[in-house]
Amino acid sequence: MSTTTYKSRITAGSILLYGTLVLLALFFLMPAYMAIVTSLKDPANISLPTAWELPETFHWESFPQALGLLKSNIASSLILTVCATILSTVLGSLNGYVFSKWKFKGSELIFTLFLFGMFIPYQVILIPLFQTLRAMNLYGGLPGLILAHVVYGLPITSLIFRNFYSQIPTALVESARLDGAGFFSIYTKIVFPLSIPGFVVTSLWQVTQIWNEFLWGICLTRHADNPITVGLSQLAGGQAVSWNLPMAGSIMAAAPVLAIYIFLGRYFIRGLLAGSVKE
Amino acid sequence: MREASRDRLKAFLTLLPSIILIGIFVYGFIGNTIWISMTDWGGMGSLALDPQINFVGLDNYVDLFTGFLSGGFRQDLVNAVYYSLMLLAGAIGLGMFIAILLDQKPKGEDILRTIFLYPMSLSFIVSGTIWRWLLAPQGGVNVLPTYFGFDALDFQWTSSTKAILEFNWQNLFQILLYIAAFILIMTGLFLLKGDPQKAVKRWLGPGVVIGAFAWLGGSLLPEALFMEENHGFNLATLGIIIATVWQYAGYTMALYLAGFNGISQDLRDAAMLDGADTVSYYRHVAIPMLKPITISAVIILSHISLKMFDIIFAMTGPDNAQTGHPALNMYMTTFRANDFARGAAIAIVLFLVAGTFIVPYVISQYKQRTRG
Repeated sequence: MSTTTYKSRITAGSILLYGTLVLLALFFLMPAYMAIVTSLKDPANISLPTAWELPETFHWESFPQALGLLKSNIASSLILTVCATILSTVLGSLNGYVFSKWKFKGSELIFTLFLFGMFIPYQVILIPLFQTLRAMNLYGGLPGLILAHVVYGLPITSLIFRNFYSQIPTALVESARLDGAGFFSIYTKIVFPLSIPGFVVTSLWQVTQIWNEFLWGICLTRHADNPITVGLSQLAGGQAVSWNLPMAGSIMAAAPVLAIYIFLGRYFIRGLLAGSVKE
Repeated sequence: MREASRDRLKAFLTLLPSIILIGIFVYGFIGNTIWISMTDWGGMGSLALDPQINFVGLDNYVDLFTGFLSGGFRQDLVNAVYYSLMLLAGAIGLGMFIAILLDQKPKGEDILRTIFLYPMSLSFIVSGTIWRWLLAPQGGVNVLPTYFGFDALDFQWTSSTKAILEFNWQNLFQILLYIAAFILIMTGLFLLKGDPQKAVKRWLGPGVVIGAFAWLGGSLLPEALFMEENHGFNLATLGIIIATVWQYAGYTMALYLAGFNGISQDLRDAAMLDGADTVSYYRHVAIPMLKPITISAVIILSHISLKMFDIIFAMTGPDNAQTGHPALNMYMTTFRANDFARGAAIAIVLFLVAGTFIVPYVISQYKQRTRG
């Protein structure tokens, strides 16, 4: 970081600071570099000892090829993510509204019981979930997976909206009630118009979670409806596959969430912090 | 007045569908899994509409912990402990370190923060796939030193069969007592300065007694297994730990950075006026102030370490013995071998482990809310 030379004095401390930061940044960027370089190589030229070197010519074919292989997975993931995000966000908003503005005896306890559902290892509900979906004829397809994502998304979406709505002054709600507004008209006229940032934070969080999810995808869907993560793991898990395809597939699977993170990072980080149950 | 109570009813009815869903899908299902774990549901015909199921009590659990053929599960459990500890130490240590560096407000802080946090947005499957290629034995990380004139490494990242810190599962009870004694004594020594009497009575004393008992009376304790069976820290898990720390260090960094930014400049100036240098400012002022953040980070990361299913699956496949985890074992047992009862028992063991830190956390959050 030569920028330090003319602006401020160079001290041993600042050299150490920038040196450490640059090394750390290289460590964090290393996998991204490797994925891009490998995906641009001709499969015949991929070898372990030269894995770090740039390709002589850029070969873009891996991307259309991987896209062809992952097309149906991407379609499944898109449908899954859109449906499950909308449903769980809308329900979470209504729940958050009740939890923060219409507290009743025991509502805090119910909220705590909701929160607990966020922290369980999902293996513990997997077998009954599998059985129930089978009994409902929902096993193997997207509707069952959407149902699972909506239900187990409820704790986090309710939490984010509850914390968000607790910032809306209760006096505002009270005065609307005195003016004769009821439960739903307060929601549609006062709370909902103020919730756009809440909806952005929650839906971005849900989109990244659902797009990235793997366990339910592999346990609850048949091959035709596998989401992108399952498709990618199969692409990479095969024995004879050369590494340009899994790398191109990884980049494509990462692209939507990375785009969210890079362009809407502020909201993403708010979702992240809300997820840590900070009151 | 009647309007108000009707609104209250509407509020409750709005919440009701979610209450029912969570009630069934979380609590009902957990209860159902507990029941399944006490049956013999599995094997042939287990996927029939009305499978033959008998109640067997705790047999599945007894078999997991003492059965001749369940050594793999016990190693998975040991792995899970090491995964959790290493992920906690690595992600919190590295994340806090980066947060402190960025708190010095270097130029390009925004870009650096983005670089440190981007892995967090990726799927474990994506990062696992890339790290699998990075840790290929004859390439990737292992050939990096050759670019600086050193010899290539030859570490078998995810398939090494070496293990360190091995112990005999037969001595499990003795080892658990030693660990308990160690924790008690360390806590006692830590508190000795503040309240010596309480530290000796509540921590040091019991610690020494338990330690002495484990040392002298260790042979009186029952053996946890009828044969010798060694488990340890599998070096093959190191690659997975590095990848997970790479992915989650940015998360703890973001938490701590938000915390550091929340500390007022006045307080920092006051500490500096009192003669604190940068190191002691963080050690004695900033980090102790962020204890709630550290607790949150510990909870979230322990939770993630229990869900490492995805990244291990992507890096080594579901049935690599060296890097196993109970979550993968549960998947293989349930969905590949159709042994549902045993899979349920493994899930319950995972759930109980998770519960030991989640339940106190959720309860303390509840108390905080109802108090405030």
